[in-house]
Amino acid sequence: MGGHSNWPEWIYIGVVVALMVWVGAEAWEAERLVEHSPEDAETIIVTGQQWFWTFEHEDGTKETGELHVEVGKAYKFEIHSKDVNHSFNIHDYVVLMDAIPGRVNTVWFAPTDAGEHDIQCREYCGLIHYNMRGKLIVEDPSS
Amino acid sequence: MVLELQKPRPIWQIMFSTHHTDVGLLYLITSLGFLFLGGALALAIRAELFLPGAQIIGDAMTFNRIFTVHGTTLIFLFIIPFASAVGNYYVPIMVRYKDMAYPKLNAIAFWMIPPGGALIWLGFADFTWYATPPYSIISAPGPAADMWIFGLKILGISSVLGAINFIVTILKCKHPDMSIGQVPLLAWSFLSSSLIILVAIPTFAAALLMLLTDRLGVSGFFNPAMGGDPIAYAHLFWFTFHPEVYVLVIPAIGMMYEIIPRFSRKPIYSYNSGVFAFVLLSIVGFSSWAHHMYATGMSFTEKTVFMVGTLAAVPASAMHVFNFVATMWNGRIKFLTPMMWSVGGIALFFSAGAGGVANAAMPLDFTTHDTYWVVGHFHLFVMGTIAFGSIGFLYYMFPYVTGRMYNETMGKIHFIMSFVGTVLVFFTQHVLGLYGMPRRIFDYPPIPEWIAMNQIATVGAMIIGVSMAIFLANMIYSSARGKPANTEDPFGVGGKYYYPFEAKNPSH
Repeated sequence: MGGHSNWPEWIYIGVVVALMVWVGAEAWEAERLVEHSPEDAETIIVTGQQWFWTFEHEDGTKETGELHVEVGKAYKFEIHSKDVNHSFNIHDYVVLMDAIPGRVNTVWFAPTDAGEHDIQCREYCGLIHYNMRGKLIVEDPSS
Repeated sequence: MVLELQKPRPIWQIMFSTHHTDVGLLYLITSLGFLFLGGALALAIRAELFLPGAQIIGDAMTFNRIFTVHGTTLIFLFIIPFASAVGNYYVPIMVRYKDMAYPKLNAIAFWMIPPGGALIWLGFADFTWYATPPYSIISAPGPAADMWIFGLKILGISSVLGAINFIVTILKCKHPDMSIGQVPLLAWSFLSSSLIILVAIPTFAAALLMLLTDRLGVSGFFNPAMGGDPIAYAHLFWFTFHPEVYVLVIPAIGMMYEIIPRFSRKPIYSYNSGVFAFVLLSIVGFSSWAHHMYATGMSFTEKTVFMVGTLAAVPASAMHVFNFVATMWNGRIKFLTPMMWSVGGIALFFSAGAGGVANAAMPLDFTTHDTYWVVGHFHLFVMGTIAFGSIGFLYYMFPYVTGRMYNETMGKIHFIMSFVGTVLVFFTQHVLGLYGMPRRIFDYPPIPEWIAMNQIATVGAMIIGVSMAIFLANMIYSSARGKPANTEDPFGVGGKYYYPFEAKNPSH
């Protein structure tokens, strides 16, 4: 390498590689933990279509644009699409999963506090994609 | 080319020429034209998002068409043709050959760009540069969508022809006295990016045809209603377009390799590590495509594999940054315009790369995916790194192309405003993404943080817009009236330059 010593570059590459290994290992560990939904999670069927969300609870109740859940329970979303690709997103709870026609994707979450959160579509789906929004309403049954 | 403005030739002599500097000039002017067109669309997008509600663009459909054509234009009609312009001017001279290996093929590759661009602009499709099915099959309005497909098809073939030409020129036409280990790094960057093109592009070329027949209703490759799978398209698309990121960025890095040692008045720190990093990137670049698809419902194993593949590309990019910094270290640096753009580009390249590591980490991707974080992230590459490297190189080659000097003060003002604007727009968009704003939306709810950050980004974009007007004025005025350049050493930094204008042109 041009006759001069190259050790600073090797040290630098070593540091970069070590950083990447650390990031990868942390990410792997975190993803492994959130990957599996709890056994007792209630299933909610989520359906995306141009340009709104519908929800079906385990007991058969259906909601459109609004989703009511309770604090302290775990929920598993089964995400469907009727037409084109969408992406079901509750940003405050880092819930994000694509709704793809012909497939069922799942993702789970467990709300911790009562309150309202935005639901939105995060994959381009056409004309009213910008307004394919909904509300998550987390209720506290004890209060 | 230096003689062009001093001893004008009829325009058709340039248009029908197959000489590498003439084709280079055609590429250059075409790509700059599309830079301004695509940039104008960006300003329209930013003006629209200044406040919630409809501002200057009346409806969502027009907005969707604008961001689709903005992205398509700047990637396929600015970045790629600009790199071809630089390659045409410099590669034959760097390998000491009289022209490109196949001059007619070279001209054909260029002349496919205007029809491709016309199809994209006259159609004005709305399905994003990703043309995602099943939306692009069942919902996207024709004939815009079909014109986009044909336009991309033509541009893809043009890229492949150009790549073949660069590979043959470098490997088979280099001077017999020159070993491959003596080919300058700029030419090496074209060799690496051309090899990536040959491997990557055919996949998308096939996907485009399948998309077209799906739209015609005669097949159902990606249409779930006919038993197809939209995710198959995503794989085919990203198998081409993740490596394509390296096709775009590697020539820009090559341009910095030409500028940084020259203006630091020092030889490059390590030629071998530059070559090694180019080759490594062009191989590892193929191991990360599905990191764009974590949220499509991939298994834990798939996600892990593609995260590792993505992180593996980081050390190679980091080697380039190290090489640049080590070259500048203790150099007698002359901060003229080309050097400022290159150094600014490296700083933004580093920032873009750091953000990319966060995206690649699986759990973090679910926060950032398809939000404005991603918009900010990849714009730090395409604008911050690639456009900065390219514009710096344009200033660098300006005296060789025109025989005149650009206005240095205007060049520096252009850089400072663009750098400040780029930081304002794209760093802010990272944060906006963390607040959850999705990309590709025409309107947004009046959330105070979203409004504030959109306004900062819009102000930044307008600063870039003004700087680009200064740039245009500088280029036009200086090429006609600028003071004559000392073409032996236009920047007063000494050393041996490559002189495109000395290439023997039969028309001269």
